[in-house]
Amino acid sequence: MPDQSHVQQATASVERRVDAIQAAFDERGMKPGEFIEEFRHLAEEEWVPENGARVVAKAWTDPAFRQRLLANGRDAVTDLGLTMPVHHRHLVVLENTPAVHNVICCTLCSCTAFSIIGLPPDWYKDLEYRARVVRQSRTVLKEMGLDLPAEMEIRVWDTTADTRYMVLPDRPAETAGWSEEKLAKLVTKDAMIGVSRL
Amino acid sequence: MDGMHDLGGRQGFGRVRYSLKAETFHEPWEKRVNALYSLAVKLGIFNMDEYRHAIERMEPRHYLSASYYERSLTSLATLCVEKGILTREELERRAQGAFPLSTPSAPGRPNVATREHFKPGDKVNVKTDYVPGHVRMPGYIRGKTGVVVGVSPAYPFPDAHAHGVKADDEPTYDVRFSTEELWPNSADEAFVHVGVFQSYLTRVA
Repeated sequence: MPDQSHVQQATASVERRVDAIQAAFDERGMKPGEFIEEFRHLAEEEWVPENGARVVAKAWTDPAFRQRLLANGRDAVTDLGLTMPVHHRHLVVLENTPAVHNVICCTLCSCTAFSIIGLPPDWYKDLEYRARVVRQSRTVLKEMGLDLPAEMEIRVWDTTADTRYMVLPDRPAETAGWSEEKLAKLVTKDAMIGVSRL
Repeated sequence: MDGMHDLGGRQGFGRVRYSLKAETFHEPWEKRVNALYSLAVKLGIFNMDEYRHAIERMEPRHYLSASYYERSLTSLATLCVEKGILTREELERRAQGAFPLSTPSAPGRPNVATREHFKPGDKVNVKTDYVPGHVRMPGYIRGKTGVVVGVSPAYPFPDAHAHGVKADDEPTYDVRFSTEELWPNSADEAFVHVGVFQSYLTRVA
């Protein structure tokens, strides 16, 4: 009789694999269903780019806040009532200027200041962005629709530790006199990652 | 480990699949996976360094072909089995099929005993360390020279923390490298900043 012990069965679908873990957690009293609901709320309602947009608009209109934000991002966003996970011990805010463009990535996985700028978009976690943006930043940004002037310095920030980064976009010239609320509506997650300019 | 996950600077990849207002999640199960591994971290079953390392330990063919959240799922399942919370047999019985897990872990290492302190402006060299376990030094900076531009609060040393080895907190330094230093004659001109743990660095005189 042939040895059947090494015959591979077909891989279960990802949904079934998730169901299996969830059911096993449930049976052990770990209450996964409740936590999934809690997580859904955080992901959909709390970790949104509108948080970072508020930070940016405040920095554009309040020079003292901007100084605090650049000196210690974590303390400054906490002052606005925003929170970061305990293991994100530091938030470094990267100031774009007419001469300097910053862009963030995580080549090793997908790290982001998600409670401030929102959870990372799909492409940020894809192999292509992670592999290429550190080495071919100008080319990649151009392919993504951001054609930077040749003389503009590019600074790429690879999130390899638990320090988190966000880009402070350059305030558009035509927005003089706008309210903070109106300014905040201009600010996108992509601009705080640094793959677009406003 | 010099794993498949260490993608920075790898060549041959095509255009970023970019769209405006791109979504984070595409299928309902993806949010469940994210919640379940967060729950496991919250319950103290494993920490984020162990979680990241279990993704890195996926067999390379599986790593490259899996979606982002399938990688999360594989790490979660692997660690629950390794920690004795679940068995693979139970998972495969419940899933009614094979449940691929990550490959076994190699040993970790403690913090380097004698570490130097740096300040912004200091010129530093990344050690030419090759380790079998978890490491947060991307391969593209190994042996390269840069300048410290920032200092972070201390974090647990990941090379230890991912392996149940006693991990002292140590600072990370934002180190600026020129792409010319990293990939001579083979990169767009830019500065790349990397958060580098103190144990990975030496001073350049």
